[in-house]
Amino acid sequence: MNGFLLRLSLPSRVSAIAATTFTELVRMKVFYFLFFFALLLIGNSAFMAKLSFQEEMQMLKDVSLGAMNLFSSLLAILGTSLLLPKDIEEKTIYTILSKPVPRYEYLLGKLLGMFSLLFLSLLLMSALFFAVLWFREQSLIASTSLQLAASPPEELQSAIASIRSSTFNQNLLPGIGILFLKSAILASMTLLISAFSTSGIFTMIASTAAYFIGHLQATARDFWLESPAQHPLAKGFLAFVSFVFPDLQLFSLSDDIVAGTPLPAHILEPILLLGCAYLAAYYIVASLIFSTREL
Amino acid sequence: MTRWLLACVILLGFGILRTPLEIRIDKEKQTAGFSRPSPSKELREQLGQSGFLAALGGFRSMLAAVLWIDAHAAWERTEWGRMAALFQAVTTLQPRSPLYWDMASWHMAWNAGSAAYQNPDQPSEALRLRAQKQYWDLGKDFLQRGILNNPNEFSLYERLAILERDKYQDFCAAAKNFDAAASLPGAPEYLKRFALYSLALCPGKEKEAYEKLRSLAGETDSRHLPGILHHLQQLEEKLGIPKEKRVNSQKKNPGN
Repeated sequence: MNGFLLRLSLPSRVSAIAATTFTELVRMKVFYFLFFFALLLIGNSAFMAKLSFQEEMQMLKDVSLGAMNLFSSLLAILGTSLLLPKDIEEKTIYTILSKPVPRYEYLLGKLLGMFSLLFLSLLLMSALFFAVLWFREQSLIASTSLQLAASPPEELQSAIASIRSSTFNQNLLPGIGILFLKSAILASMTLLISAFSTSGIFTMIASTAAYFIGHLQATARDFWLESPAQHPLAKGFLAFVSFVFPDLQLFSLSDDIVAGTPLPAHILEPILLLGCAYLAAYYIVASLIFSTREL
Repeated sequence: MTRWLLACVILLGFGILRTPLEIRIDKEKQTAGFSRPSPSKELREQLGQSGFLAALGGFRSMLAAVLWIDAHAAWERTEWGRMAALFQAVTTLQPRSPLYWDMASWHMAWNAGSAAYQNPDQPSEALRLRAQKQYWDLGKDFLQRGILNNPNEFSLYERLAILERDKYQDFCAAAKNFDAAASLPGAPEYLKRFALYSLALCPGKEKEAYEKLRSLAGETDSRHLPGILHHLQQLEEKLGIPKEKRVNSQKKNPGN
């Protein structure tokens, strides 16, 4: 299905590579992580029986979105790190590039295959998360209705509204969308590193380091711009960090979204735009580097 | 070599171009209430090395949930000191979650406070009272910091007012906070009444409370009228209102 959609909208060479990459990644049994995700949700729910329903819902959302962030980031870094080394090791890259396939199309296909996997994974995790949330909401409403059967109707309505407001939050969906964008940026950044790296392990370590630096990039930028008394060398280093590494903290919205902070359009739109700019820039740089690489 | 150079130029050029936009989005995010953890010594001490790394790596909410569960387990073992430390960490990680501030305050002021007063290992009542007061203060501090981080959350003002009314017996402060809660979006109607009930007990404010309660009695629905009348009667006694001007006599003589 995914391969079919890709084939419809892209040049056939790119879509063929993307579909093959997606299939390869699926065959690497990456979806087994969903089992752990489900286990986490169910285990979490079982423990939550001890807590108040507001606490329970808060925990459920905190843990679920945190786990989605963790799994999608891991998948993006680890999956992308293996893409090029695996093709080189199995020598499939020579077969592909000996055909009239430009290297930038090969990389685009690889990246799109990875994006499809990330999209599908987040879709499945979201479905599981919303199903558990809905199930818990319904069971809470049923038990509350039973407990308050003798109370005035407005009291019951107010209790049900309170349960509903602590379960679903209209910002959860854009929050999950931003998680996808963040993992796509991580995948493109990893592909960029992979374009010059000669080993998968190095790519994994460097990308993980870049992930943490990316979350601290805004702090480095603040120091660079706002601390007056600094050695020029330190200023230069901080400026370098700010320019080269992505500001991943900008894409970390889910922590506040689960706490109920609304996500206004004037913040969401520039973040989406910036995310797309990151994807394009990292892809172009990766293509330029990969085009000079000796295979 | 030329392509490598071009790649570096694009990477740096993109960095230079995006920086102003990132600064703008970052500021707008903070104005809209999105928090950004900064690598402070305080956070490092609260979370330990791996927790610190997780918090800075974008897993704040997940870590907060795990620590909250840990705090719940500590509650079951009545480890109040450990709970306080865990609550500090949780609220530092998720300052925009009113629930964490509220529950942390409740555990400290009500549960830990009562446990400290009933501590069988402490024979001195003065020391037990002091320990209890320290837990109340800790609970109050959680609520005050919660309000600073969530200024539009009525429930935190309400909890603070309840704490001031029931534990500190500071009715003036309670009235002020009930009033603040009532003025916020989504606040239930009863908060207005609660503000006046507390104001009625605030020394020097009885007259103001009496007038406001009389005006509220006229516009409130009959379910809550007995409570309001009860407070009005108490105030009439306290203020020495002449019998013919009292609420009950006016009810009997609607022409007045």
